[in-house]
Amino acid sequence: MSFTAFSALVRRDLRLFFMDRRAVIMSFVAPILIASFFGYVFGGASADQPASRIAVAAIDQDRSAISKHVLAALGADKALEVKSADLEAARAAVRGGKTTVAVVIPAGFGDGAAKSLFRGEDKLRGGDKPEMQLLYDPSHNAELAMVRGILTQHVMEAVSSEAFSGGASGAGPGLSMSFSMPYTVREEAVTARQGVKYNSMAHSFAGMSVQFILFMGIDAGVMVLLLRRSGVWSRMRAAPISRFTIIGSRAASSAIVAMMILCVVFGFARVVFGVRIEGSFAGFAGVCIAFAIMTAAFGLLVAVLGKTPEAARGIAILATLLLVMLGGSWVPTFLFPQWLQSASFAVPTRWAVDGLDATIWRGASFTAALGPIAAMLGFAVLFGAIALWRFRWDGPA
Amino acid sequence: MLEVRGLHKRYGDLVAVQEVSFTVRPGEAVGLLGPNGAGKTTTVSMIAGLVTPDAGEVRIEGGVVRGETDPLKRKMGLVPQDLALHDLLSARDNLALFGALYGMRGAELRRAMDAALDLVGLADRAKDRVSAFSGGMKRRLNMAGALLHDPAILLLDEPTVGVDPQSRNAIFDNLEELKRRGKTLVYTTHYMEEAERLCDRIVIVDHGKVIANDSLEAVRRLVPGVNVIEIEIENPGQGAEWYGGLRALDGVDSAEWQGSLLRVTMRDLTETSPGVLEWLRAHGYRCLHLASQRADLETVFLTLTGRSVRNL
Repeated sequence: MSFTAFSALVRRDLRLFFMDRRAVIMSFVAPILIASFFGYVFGGASADQPASRIAVAAIDQDRSAISKHVLAALGADKALEVKSADLEAARAAVRGGKTTVAVVIPAGFGDGAAKSLFRGEDKLRGGDKPEMQLLYDPSHNAELAMVRGILTQHVMEAVSSEAFSGGASGAGPGLSMSFSMPYTVREEAVTARQGVKYNSMAHSFAGMSVQFILFMGIDAGVMVLLLRRSGVWSRMRAAPISRFTIIGSRAASSAIVAMMILCVVFGFARVVFGVRIEGSFAGFAGVCIAFAIMTAAFGLLVAVLGKTPEAARGIAILATLLLVMLGGSWVPTFLFPQWLQSASFAVPTRWAVDGLDATIWRGASFTAALGPIAAMLGFAVLFGAIALWRFRWDGPA
Repeated sequence: MLEVRGLHKRYGDLVAVQEVSFTVRPGEAVGLLGPNGAGKTTTVSMIAGLVTPDAGEVRIEGGVVRGETDPLKRKMGLVPQDLALHDLLSARDNLALFGALYGMRGAELRRAMDAALDLVGLADRAKDRVSAFSGGMKRRLNMAGALLHDPAILLLDEPTVGVDPQSRNAIFDNLEELKRRGKTLVYTTHYMEEAERLCDRIVIVDHGKVIANDSLEAVRRLVPGVNVIEIEIENPGQGAEWYGGLRALDGVDSAEWQGSLLRVTMRDLTETSPGVLEWLRAHGYRCLHLASQRADLETVFLTLTGRSVRNL
């Protein structure tokens, strides 16, 4: 083996690699960024950072000492962010994804729970125990299990404390010492409507559609740069047509492709996995159209990110990975630290994923979809304006 | 027909085009000549509306071309230096797109496409993808794309770049046919023989300035009595200027090395050529072949600028 030739070839490969900005960005920056993000989201951040707390709505229909005790304990729990609410507001909040679990303590719960505590299991029948209701967001199953456990702990503390202090009638020391769980729980997944089951495919398809449509947007933007290098661009500019016609047609074709992707992907999800549009169809269509327009504008923005197609593609892929991570396409946003959840509203993908989730399985109305639609159109205007401002029109024949 | 007045373009510190002015009469073929980087493409780009000039204006039939959508732009057809083709589309689909840019559709567009494909000899390949075409075929289709809307003026920016001699001839046949049909041609090239074959008038551009603008014959007369001898050398020297000593000889106007030929220009063939051959012999260079000719455009350029157009 010729060492001279070998080393020259290695040097050439390294030079070419480092001259390819896209390869460098993707190879070095992307893994650092993504690893940091996931490490942070899943608990790798410093201990000083407050963890994300689970949003819980508390509905106290009992107003007994025990229910107040339970709610006070829930409120003091560092893992939860508890707000009092009425039943309908709580249900709407869970359906809208703003609250993870609503805890409903029915009237008579405290009295019934104290009595039930000292009855032996062998004496129990289904109707004897008071029933607590949990309304939960079915896309947050892991959090539901956590809330269930915390709730059990606080209810047992409250009931036993009240029972042994003699606060509850019909119970107290000296009676039968046969303990049992003093209540039952009825859990209800809050979906679009009663009887509609949660389909986990809905979020999955929403997230992946958003990601791959953005990749299509990158290609559309890079295509503009490639066109600009070719004679086709010169021929278009030489024709008596406006720059709006040239760039607007590019944006329109991107938006049409994005819409077609959404139609095909959700058509597949409907046929194969039974994913239905449980909310407003007009709202769903509006979210899709707004996202398609935003993607088209994003594509135009890509065309001004780099001087060359290669550079633009590298930067754009990195930006897209950030957008889809923060938008919740890979990991649901409720797993993010609280500040990151708030910050994620500054990226259009969050609005897209939330808008699709809301209209597909949360049963959101058209009015509820207007927020995501407006946000994405706002981003489209912003991206389009930057693209037009920065676009280099002049070019040689 | 086409009037270019005082076009000026600067990119940062680089002045690409300075006060370029010339006029093209109807049916005339004008060659815009100059080495790479002389400002030809920038000038054509400004005429076609691709580049906004810092100063100056372009007039067509007396009207100033203003803005992107000016209908006067319909009177021009551009054949860009870079191929204006989508490889994945058929020849016909490419042409349909370019016709649509000028608002053409339906029967009018079909007739125009048939005529353009027929002219460039690609009628039988109309439905084939461009990716299957040879370089020469692509160049011809590139030209057809500029003809659909029947422009009076054709701007051709080095349309024969990278094509084989056979395809170049085919393109020239097409251009000569267009000239016979009365089209006005503005043809940029650094191939002097192309300009000599096609053009009625020559505009020579160097460093962004027009240094000659006249009929082909008048431009040739700029260097009256100049002769060129081309010498094939068996053992040319090393280095860029191994022949530089020739320039110091009495009677030698210029000396350039072009590929395998040494081109030496002189006023008096009888008095000067023996000295040239003696200099070569004295320096150990063996001559394989020698030919003499009168001044051509290459010589004109060399005489006007002191540089060869091809070596730049």
